[in-house]
Amino acid sequence: MYVAVKGGEAAIDAAHGWLAAERRGDPALPELTLDQIAQQMTLAVDRVMAEGSCYDRGLAALALKQARGDAIEAAFLLRAYRTTLARFGAAEPLDTGGMRIARRISATYKDLPGGQVLGPTFDYTHRLLDFALAAEGAPPATVPEREADTAVVPRVAELLAREGLMQREPQGEAEPTDLTRDPLTFPADRSARLQNLARGDEGFLLGLGYSTQRGYGNAHPFVGEIRQGRVTVEFTPPELGFPIAIGEIDVTECQMVNQFKGSLTEPPQFTRGYGLVFGHGERKAMAMALVDRALRAEELGEEVTAPAQDAEFVLYHSDNVEATGFVEHLKLPHYVDFQSELENIRAMRADAMGALKQAAE
Amino acid sequence: MEQGYNFAYLDEATKRMIRRAILKAVAIPGHQIPFGAREMPLPYGWGTGGIQVTASIIGPNDTLKVIDQGADDTTNAISIRRFFARVAGVATTEHTAEASIIQTRHRIPERALREDQILVYQVPMPEPLFRLEPRVAETRRMHALAEYGLMQVRLYEDIARLGRIGTAYNYPVMVNARYLMSPSPIPAFDNPKMDRMPALQLFGAGREKRIYAVPPYTPVKSLDFDDHPFRAIRAPHACTLCGSTSSYLDEVVTDDRGGRVFVCSDTDYCQSRREKAA
Repeated sequence: MYVAVKGGEAAIDAAHGWLAAERRGDPALPELTLDQIAQQMTLAVDRVMAEGSCYDRGLAALALKQARGDAIEAAFLLRAYRTTLARFGAAEPLDTGGMRIARRISATYKDLPGGQVLGPTFDYTHRLLDFALAAEGAPPATVPEREADTAVVPRVAELLAREGLMQREPQGEAEPTDLTRDPLTFPADRSARLQNLARGDEGFLLGLGYSTQRGYGNAHPFVGEIRQGRVTVEFTPPELGFPIAIGEIDVTECQMVNQFKGSLTEPPQFTRGYGLVFGHGERKAMAMALVDRALRAEELGEEVTAPAQDAEFVLYHSDNVEATGFVEHLKLPHYVDFQSELENIRAMRADAMGALKQAAE
Repeated sequence: MEQGYNFAYLDEATKRMIRRAILKAVAIPGHQIPFGAREMPLPYGWGTGGIQVTASIIGPNDTLKVIDQGADDTTNAISIRRFFARVAGVATTEHTAEASIIQTRHRIPERALREDQILVYQVPMPEPLFRLEPRVAETRRMHALAEYGLMQVRLYEDIARLGRIGTAYNYPVMVNARYLMSPSPIPAFDNPKMDRMPALQLFGAGREKRIYAVPPYTPVKSLDFDDHPFRAIRAPHACTLCGSTSSYLDEVVTDDRGGRVFVCSDTDYCQSRREKAA
């Protein structure tokens, strides 16, 4: 005899208890501290800050610990916290020209003012598992000494712009769009697009950026410059009327230089694809710059043929917290709708079988 | 009640923004109003739109009922009911008649609702045309021009090919003879209940950031054709538990030899009928 299913409440509590135990793992091993995560899983923390769109290493480390290392779940936790915070206003535009550089490379020049600074990069490492890391207690690596960096490091895009070869971006006084307050609308302006991409899923943007290189969208990109380091955030409190420094954040910026053949109103010149990500997120910044440029197809009078150029397609599907929610909600009960489908398909089959039988007779 | 959060979780400015969207939605029945949906502590797809609507209209004296698939004891319904008990400290109930606000996913209760009740739907895709036209900019234009021929053609093609309309849930409706609207993924069986319902019906889509509404006593008509009138579908059985022959039924598989029973999807309706019979 069928008995109506009850006990969901107890099941939820038990599941959450089990989850907590799984998260802790073997209690004989020492528990991870937030400092360890923040210091030794830095790129995971950076990714969570970027996609959680909240710059706070400690909270991102906590989110990662709570999420058992799942980056998207951690970004979700951080966002759900962030949305409860008061919003004071928009900061002044970051001056990445004044960045304290940890890494700065250009693919378009052999050498340039400020030099090529490799910084802490995986590039040129041989991907051989380092079994020395498996043994604990290895002596700490030391940061190589370098001269105090006081030199101005001009941005490559600016060098080109001075020659008139790089399209200048329009300067706006208006506050940028904030998608955490206002829903996405179309046509989406550049600030809305860039915010969406900066919060977007690294994997999604990587795939889209990659597609523009393989012929889906007519991209001819060069890495004008990637720079990573620390910048000052300035904010103008209304009661003061002038900007004050409120802190420093680590960011990665990528400016892609793209060919543009010109239009009726514009001479041939280079155009920019722009990427900016919290922390050290080079892959994401590069992919973002490719997709940003692809999304400019319409304003530049280029034919829109590829997914990466379709603003609705890209911007509606880039957010991994939204995407994971809607994909995963399919595991919630849908049996009421399924029942109506069952009845419908039974009726349609009966009709079809009747017709087949008639045809056979 | 949870400390450190505002009543019903959302801050008052956000609630005001959402109430404004709701007022607009009520003023233009069936029209989708974009709103600045917030990130909620529950995942998108779990009812964040409905939760934000409920959070914006609920007061300390309200009594909340939450159902998923018609049932109060499904895990997601429990989770949302607990959320409001935690952040708003409101009374909750499983009885349709006792609730002032009912948040629902995929069903309308069997018991007729009253003027002093509000039904809040969780909506995954607010746009009824999205399978025919995925571009939002384009569907907005189609709504503005009431250009709904595409949907009629789709239903016609079903009839031409299958002899009947293939849509069994999320069956499109015309609201107040003007806007084509998604009733949310309720079974088509529930569509007639929306027509001229005395209760206010509010629809929240969190991920898609849209709110829409059907004010009390507003005509809601399921799309159909004169020679193929709309038909509500239910399993042609009686409820094994309460014997109802008019309620919407779930099919429950009891073994792997084809054994099955049919029971009411609305658990409160089923329970109260059994109590009355006892």
